[in-house]
Amino acid sequence: MSLMAMLSLVISSTLVYSAPLIFTSIGGTFSERAGVVNVGLEGIMGMGAFASIVFNLTFSNTLGSATPWFGLLAGALIGLIFSLLHAVATVTLRADHIISGTVINLMAPALGVFLIKVLYGKGQTVPISHDFGYASIPGLASIPVLGQLFFAKTSGPAWLAIFVAVLSWYIIFKTKFGLRLRSVGENPQAADTLGLNVSRLRYSGVMISGLLGGVGGAVVAQSISLNYSASTIVGQGFMAMAAMIFGRWNPIGALGASLFFGLSQSLAVVGAQLPLLKTVPPIWLQIAPYVLTIIVLVFFFGKTRAPKADGVNYIKAA
Amino acid sequence: MTTQKNSFSVALFSVIFGLIIGAVIMLVFGYNPILGYVALLGSAFGSMQDIGSVLTQMTPLILTALGFTVAQTAGFFNIGLSGQALAGWVGSIWYALTFPSMPVYFMIPSAIILGTGLGALAGAIPGWLRAQFGASEVIVTIMMNYILLFLGNNILQNTMSKGIKVSAETTKQVGANASLQMKWLTELTQGSSISSGIFISLIMIVVVWFVMTRTTLGFEIRAVGLNSDAAKYAGMSAKRNAVIAMAISGGLAGLAGTIEGLGNYLNFFTQNGSPSIGFDGMAVALLGSSSYLGILAAAAIFSVLKIGGLGMPMSSGVPFELVDIVTASIIFFVGASYLIKLIQVRIKAMDDKAATNAAAKKELKASQLEDKNQKGGE
Repeated sequence: MSLMAMLSLVISSTLVYSAPLIFTSIGGTFSERAGVVNVGLEGIMGMGAFASIVFNLTFSNTLGSATPWFGLLAGALIGLIFSLLHAVATVTLRADHIISGTVINLMAPALGVFLIKVLYGKGQTVPISHDFGYASIPGLASIPVLGQLFFAKTSGPAWLAIFVAVLSWYIIFKTKFGLRLRSVGENPQAADTLGLNVSRLRYSGVMISGLLGGVGGAVVAQSISLNYSASTIVGQGFMAMAAMIFGRWNPIGALGASLFFGLSQSLAVVGAQLPLLKTVPPIWLQIAPYVLTIIVLVFFFGKTRAPKADGVNYIKAA
Repeated sequence: MTTQKNSFSVALFSVIFGLIIGAVIMLVFGYNPILGYVALLGSAFGSMQDIGSVLTQMTPLILTALGFTVAQTAGFFNIGLSGQALAGWVGSIWYALTFPSMPVYFMIPSAIILGTGLGALAGAIPGWLRAQFGASEVIVTIMMNYILLFLGNNILQNTMSKGIKVSAETTKQVGANASLQMKWLTELTQGSSISSGIFISLIMIVVVWFVMTRTTLGFEIRAVGLNSDAAKYAGMSAKRNAVIAMAISGGLAGLAGTIEGLGNYLNFFTQNGSPSIGFDGMAVALLGSSSYLGILAAAAIFSVLKIGGLGMPMSSGVPFELVDIVTASIIFFVGASYLIKLIQVRIKAMDDKAATNAAAKKELKASQLEDKNQKGGE
């Protein structure tokens, strides 16, 4: 295998595995910047995956090859609606954020499989016929060398995710809305004193996390698993949560951490095809991403600091 | 992370609301909720074997819930219970199969200590990394779940000798010298896989309660969890207590895994994902509001729903997943206890209003009567 071919294989599979983590970890960043801990990302991704597959199976005949992109929208919508449960529980009903997030995680796979059984009569769906697959980005793909590595036969959702990461960074750190969102996550009382609507801002943080988490789940379902069952989303949400903390509650950081996780996961998958890694026992490739994460975390990052009022309910004095 | 002390009535309301939500869902999708719940109860309590299964299901959940609570008391969020349980499971089975002729009174204590120790080690590592380097225990435990899962499967598939396996994916069953199952219990429950593990779990509730509320160690762990700076100022070592708390937490999970191995399954087989007893134990701890009796009750409710749910598809056609939706709803209402308290306050206010209204009416009547009497008297 030529060096070019090897590099492009690693890069494209890295992007495929990173894309869902990028979307979801940025979603988590919005929620936690607003002060709502979101352990429920896993469940939100599960509902997004469920919605996108049902949508995809239902409309693939009419929408053709554009189906997965519309499936993404379906996942986003259902993810957003589902996240309202978390928002209502934590913001309005003052529930413990961890408890509410755990409820989301317990509820999603149960509800998803229950509905699949009601709809299709069995616990998992048939494979979808239109998935994301690999596409070339017109124009950019014709750049010599770089175009071939990064933009030809690449993952469309991953590039969308990278765009969303930059956009989110801009929103959180450079806009009025972002400043307000961060202020309710750091000191809700001060924000309230200045006339900001703490509840509304926290609701919007959680809902954005629902939207992006739903997209993340839809990407997993339509580019990796290609069907929906109880095992479509197993742990990706927790990985995304780790990427969010690793990225220090910053969208660009979350992007970097997600790409790192994606790279190590893809090495475990495509490693057998690469001459250098062929001789390494598969178990080392399997656990490498997780061991590396711990090492990097311990030696290079150390203390991580969450937004100050993250996980603290704001109870307005009557 | 605040632990909410819920009154008994909140828990009761939560269970009732959860069951109502389940009934509504069954109605919406065209199932008969009464039939569904009758099937659930029948499958959980229908025979001694069913009751044995409920107790078998409860056993590890009590332990992992205790483990979650100990870590939470020290200010840790231990998502790694699954991996820690798996470490205990693989270790104890491997050990028991390697020494098939060791006498039972030596084998069982040593296997339990080994399994618990492996879990404790798997818990202590993230505790130490957080205490020493400030590394988030959430990330480290999530990563360790994967590492232990892959290592466990790899040990089974590649490291264990062929002699102790029936296939590449499954070990042999452990011998009578390592089994925690007891003949009289098995016979009493018509061959369910209940074991003496249930007694170990019940004893551990008392032990953990005692250690956490009646000893210096428990006091220090609670102090560190409440305010580590204040604890440090009072001369306690936050680092030492962090590691110990996470080791106890992991040890309890490891014990749960050991009992799953030597008591329930009697073997180890390839796992597709981290064992669910970790996450379910977390749910049980939250449902029990981290109180020790609460954990026992929550584990019982959780297990009745799980085992009962298994019988629902057969006799009422309701998919098994419904019980998980009910469980999640119950925990939702426990978490959102503010809602239930609000409803209780409303009801009380309405009662009071009704009472004062009634009293006012009575008074009015009485005064009218008096007026009449007075008039009559004139």
